[in-house]
This record gives sequence, C-alpha cells and structure tokens, in this order.
Amino acid sequence: MSIQVDNLSKVYGKQTAVNSINFNIPTGEIVGFLGPNGAGKSTTMKMLTGYIPPTSGGGSICGIDIVEDSLEVRKIVGYLPENNPLYLDMYVKEYLTFMGGLSGVKDVNKAVEHVLNITRLIPERHKKIGQLSKGYRQRVGLAQALIHDPKVLILDEPTSGLDPLQVVEMRNVITDLGKDKTVLLSTHIMQEVEAMCNRVIIINQGHIIADDSLEALKQNNDLGLEDIFKNLITQKQID
Amino acid sequence: MWTIYKKEIRSFLGSFIAYVVMGVFLVLTGLFLWFVEGNNVFDLGVASLQVMFDIAPYILIFLVSAITMRSIADERKLGTLEIITTKPVTDTSIILAKFLAALTLIVFTLIPTLVYYYAIYQLATPVGNVDTGSALGSYFGLILLASCYTGIGLFSSSVTDNQIVSLLISMVLSFFFFAVLSMLGDIAWLDAVGRSLSWFGLEFHYNSISRGVIDTRDAVYFIGFTAVFLGLTKLVFESRKW
Repeated sequence: MSIQVDNLSKVYGKQTAVNSINFNIPTGEIVGFLGPNGAGKSTTMKMLTGYIPPTSGGGSICGIDIVEDSLEVRKIVGYLPENNPLYLDMYVKEYLTFMGGLSGVKDVNKAVEHVLNITRLIPERHKKIGQLSKGYRQRVGLAQALIHDPKVLILDEPTSGLDPLQVVEMRNVITDLGKDKTVLLSTHIMQEVEAMCNRVIIINQGHIIADDSLEALKQNNDLGLEDIFKNLITQKQID
Repeated sequence: MWTIYKKEIRSFLGSFIAYVVMGVFLVLTGLFLWFVEGNNVFDLGVASLQVMFDIAPYILIFLVSAITMRSIADERKLGTLEIITTKPVTDTSIILAKFLAALTLIVFTLIPTLVYYYAIYQLATPVGNVDTGSALGSYFGLILLASCYTGIGLFSSSVTDNQIVSLLISMVLSFFFFAVLSMLGDIAWLDAVGRSLSWFGLEFHYNSISRGVIDTRDAVYFIGFTAVFLGLTKLVFESRKW
C-alpha cells in the first residue's frame, strides 16, 4: 500500500475536523479526494505530510509511519499545499535549487533541470516567481513537489484559480506523473476527477461517505458524478 | 540546515538589507565617535573606542530587530512555512539556520568598524597606546549581545505574521532586557532587589566583558539567554501541532 490511513482523527478545540477515517491507496493510483469546503480534505493532507500531527489514529506512506518517522515520510512525499505558497522574490531556478537542497537531493542541478522539463518551465527559469502568472506559479509549486522524485504526490487543489487552458495542461502533467507515482489530489470540481482519477474518495464533515472506483460509483447510481456528490452530501445532512 | 542558512544570507544580500544595516551601523557609530559634540574622541582626549561601545548596544537593538523581523513572520504570512516544515528538515534546524544567518550578518556589520580602531591606534600618543584587551573584549561582548538580540528577534518574529508588530515586540523586549533591568539597579529604594534584578540584565554582563576580562559566568549567561529565547521560538513554532 502506498498510502494507508487508520482511524485518523483531528480535533481542533471542540471541533472535529477529521473523524476517524480509513482508506488505503495502492501504488500507482490517482485518487481524487472530493468534498465541500471545510470537509477535512486539507487537514487530512496536512496530517499525511507531517505538518500537523493527528489527534488520534495514524497512517503510513509506503509502510513508513507518518507520526513516528515523519522525517522519513517527507523524503518520499511531494506536497503542494493549498494556495501554493511561494517566495515571490526568488528566481524560479534559485527556488527549485533551494527546495532540492532542503529535500536532500544529491545532484541538485540535474534534478532542477528534470523538473523544469516536466513542468515545461525552461523558458521561465530565470524569472522572478513574483513576475509569473498564476498558471506558471502553479507549475513552480508542482515542480517544487517533484524535485526529489517522490513516490507519492499529495496535491491540495492543484488547479484552483487557473484558466481553462492551464487547467487542461495541469491535468495532463498530473496524469503523466500518475503513470509511475501514487497521486492523492483534492478538489471540489467534478470534471477534474472524471478527467484524471481512477478512484474517488468523498469526504464530508470529517467522515468518508464514499470510496469507490469512478465506474462503480456511476454504475451503482446511474447518475453523473455531480449528482452523486450532491445526493451523498445532502443525505448525510438529513441523517 | 546549511541550505536554509545559505538561502537566508542570499536573501539579506539580495534585498539590500545587508548593505543598509552595515552602512547605518558604520555611519551612526562614526558620528558618535568622531563628530557628536561633547562626547567625541577629541573632546574627551582619550584614545579609546569606549564611546562607540557605549552607543552600539542601542543601535543594535534597532538593527537586529529589523534584520529578524521578517524571518519567521513573513514565512507564516506567505504560507511557505508549510512548505519548509514538510520537507525533511527538523524545526530546530530551521530556527538555528535563521539564527546563525542573522548573527553572521551582524558580525560582518561589526568588521568595518575596525577602521575606527586603526584610526584610534594611530592617534594615540605614543602610537599604539590603546587598551587592545578592552576593545577585543568589547567586540566579543557585542557579538554575544547581538546573539541575545537575535534570539529575542526570532522569538518576536515567530509570535506574529506582521513584520511591524514583530519589530516593535523585539525592540521593546531587547530594550527591557538591556537597559530597563540595569536601571532598576540604580533605584535607591529597591536596594538589594534592584541590584539582583540588574544582574539579570544584559548590560551588567556586557559591561563586565567590555572591561576586557572574559568571565565564563558572563559567557554562560549570554549563551543561556540566547538558548532560552531560541527554545521559546521553537515552542511557538511547534504550537501548530497542539
């Protein structure tokens, strides 16, 4: 299993953000992590990447415990946080070199060349990040997550705020990456999932309410993904 | 850790902060040492850098706070803290790297003032009749003092995501620990209490080292003081995990 999550919970004060969730993702899958805003998607991802520890429960990535061996986990995970934070006053290449160094990459120059190629950033490599458009910045964020050739990619809303063309391009890059990496990406855009993912996990108010392959979900419900999502979420609220 | 250290140094150099800090320090200490009426070297007629060493701690309060104000606050605001803390580096090494980078800049800020030492050395009669031991001790004291200010600065930067707030907290705390505590020692009615409080102040130990006698107790005090503030910084840094 690439990603394994067991009874993972996060409580902020009195509010339960993530309530004892379980899921497994085998190697090589692209999984869409769906849910309305505030459902607990980002919190789950933050726990998997070691930014915050879980309140209870735990998980592992490629068999390495996310709490006990957080530093080891970070070596094999690439993470693009929500809103794609960047140092705006650094140059693209300089930033990626810095990130490579932080991730413990041995041949940093080669790694930087490689990710610049994948994300098609070669022409922009000598520009300041602050000068780039949103689409290019998103690519820099993705390049940063890829710099140490991670086995697992965790992407928090990788396409938010991009124009339609950029969205398509970003999807292609991610689909390509999914060929030899395990990808967990969050979104609240349905088309996104249909375009990229083999499998969907839907989370609402901290609970997992669906976890199935895309085809199975559609067959069982005989509806479009958007309607399935709406139904599941309203059902839960009535319960 | 050295990756972050190098990046911090480069950002000091790239954003001109380094040059401004060095320039301001050199100009201000120069003004007080040579030009300000009443207290300058010529008025006093003594070949000593004492004037500079008296004023430098106050200039450093301002400069160190300015250097450190953005180091954590800015990362928090930009959200890049989430990026670097999810890379395979420990929180401790992030803080230490930022601390060492700021301290390095301060050490390089002090170096140009050696020109003043040379000038004094030449002015003295006979040439070279200066208290080198005291000057060395004072430089050493300034570096230790700057390390304490840097600790305070990083701590202030970690408690907020606003650089101005961080600057103000850092200046107030530094001033309190340097000057206010030692002023308490001079208040008559506080008597022994005041004097022991002044022992906790930075000025007491700075003056002691300035005399040219490097006492282990003073060195331990400065290093301990820095460690406490770096520890507090780490505590705030990790508060996201509670």
